[in-house]
Amino acid sequence: MMSKLFMVQGITPEHSRYLKKRKRRSILILICQIFIAFFFFVGWEIAAKKGWIDPLLFSKPSSILALAAELWQQGELLHHILTTVMETLVGFTLGTIVGTAIAIIIWASPFLSRVLDPYMVILNGMPKVALGPLFIVSFGGGYAAIIAMALAISVIITTIVIHASFKEVDTNYIKLALTFGAKKWQVFYKIIFPASFPTIISTLKVNVGLAWIGVIVGEFLVSKQGLGYLIIYGFQVFNFTMVMMSLLIIAILATIMYEGVRWLEKAIIGNRK
Amino acid sequence: MTQEAKIEFKHVDMTYLSPERIVHALRDISFSVKAGEFVSILGPSGCGKSSILSLIAGLITPTSGSIYVDGKPIQGSSLKIGYMLQQDYLLEWRTIRKNILLGLEIQQKLTRESEEFALQLLDEIGLSAFANHYPSELSGGMRQRVALVRTLATNPEILLLDEPFSALDFTTRLKLEDLVFETLHHYGKTALLVTHDISEAISMSDRIIVMGKNPGHLIETIELPPSLRAASPLMSREIPGFQYYFHLVWKVMNPDDE
Repeated sequence: MMSKLFMVQGITPEHSRYLKKRKRRSILILICQIFIAFFFFVGWEIAAKKGWIDPLLFSKPSSILALAAELWQQGELLHHILTTVMETLVGFTLGTIVGTAIAIIIWASPFLSRVLDPYMVILNGMPKVALGPLFIVSFGGGYAAIIAMALAISVIITTIVIHASFKEVDTNYIKLALTFGAKKWQVFYKIIFPASFPTIISTLKVNVGLAWIGVIVGEFLVSKQGLGYLIIYGFQVFNFTMVMMSLLIIAILATIMYEGVRWLEKAIIGNRK
Repeated sequence: MTQEAKIEFKHVDMTYLSPERIVHALRDISFSVKAGEFVSILGPSGCGKSSILSLIAGLITPTSGSIYVDGKPIQGSSLKIGYMLQQDYLLEWRTIRKNILLGLEIQQKLTRESEEFALQLLDEIGLSAFANHYPSELSGGMRQRVALVRTLATNPEILLLDEPFSALDFTTRLKLEDLVFETLHHYGKTALLVTHDISEAISMSDRIIVMGKNPGHLIETIELPPSLRAASPLMSREIPGFQYYFHLVWKVMNPDDE
């Protein structure tokens, strides 16, 4: 994509000029983006050093880097990162799979769909985080409760969105399959599922974000490890350098995961059209 | 009569029920179609023409009366029947090759031979070069030709054509009428075409069944002469008798005009 964006060898001279103009604009945008990040961190550092902001509360980039390096060398940081990443990945994969599975079941049975409808509305409206204490008493204070939280946050919305996309498939495609004598599972397997596949992939993107919420909240509540735990621990011992470091790492990891899903989406959907 | 009729309707009534209303779609429909015959059902929109096709395809069951295919009452969908819809409804995520194999896959008849037959059909309609393209790369006429191949690939004995040309521009439409006409005659299929276009009905069929609405009922059956039957749709528009039959059908459809 980048190579296409920066290509200036056009088909005609006019096309080349057009491409050159586009290229100049792209470079300008990139420069602005880098400048924002640069000013943010440099400004932060200076503001903390000059005492414009309280370094005890807001820390500063150099302290954060130093702490990260120290924790990394002790091998602790990687452990916390891996714990959180693992919980998030499991939570978001489970949320998508379970949500899709429920959607398939209620698609197959409109009766069940209508029976469950009010309960779906209640569960969807319910702030899942409030269920935290229940998860802790049910699953204990380990990974299971945290993953349950991530699952709870994503599963209902996944079910609702995917079920809606199943129902949105043009009934004429279903009619087409039926004229060939398709059974219900064939209608699903040949028509409904592939037609809804882009929606399923796009719920992955939403679920990445939701799984992060579930995992961090879960770690706030129960955990002895993970980035959410580091935030709470830093807060309790008044080490805001640790809080800020954890936040920055979460921002980076969440971005990487989101981009990963986008890449997956392109790889799967991209060759369809 | 029952013995040689490919399709037979006997006093069929069809009523659709919904919470808001009752729609009486068809009233006392009786007719039959012989093997190899091309029959058009002509009528205004809302006269229940499409319901007749859905009944034959086994997608819906009649409220009363009975329908026979090859002398046997219809039970669900039959492998003998192919259906062409108003639009192509090609699956955008499948290549043309995979699209034309859909029916074979569903009927679990996909073999080396049946695939070859499908690809041969694709070649006959001149689109074999597009086998590995996606539907979005094809024009409307090409897409409907692919839909025809998809329908024929399962080798049905009866073709139900539900205004398959209505979404196409006029030139494409005439070309496709010719193609469908020739292909169906070549393979000796029995065909039932639903349309509201008088010219299309006259140029393509052996016999026209004219329907009226509220509720859908049969008005008259018009047999077309051998000269019009034999000629391809494009050529038959040049035959002198064409205008005569056009006026005849017009009068049957609009009796109050004169």
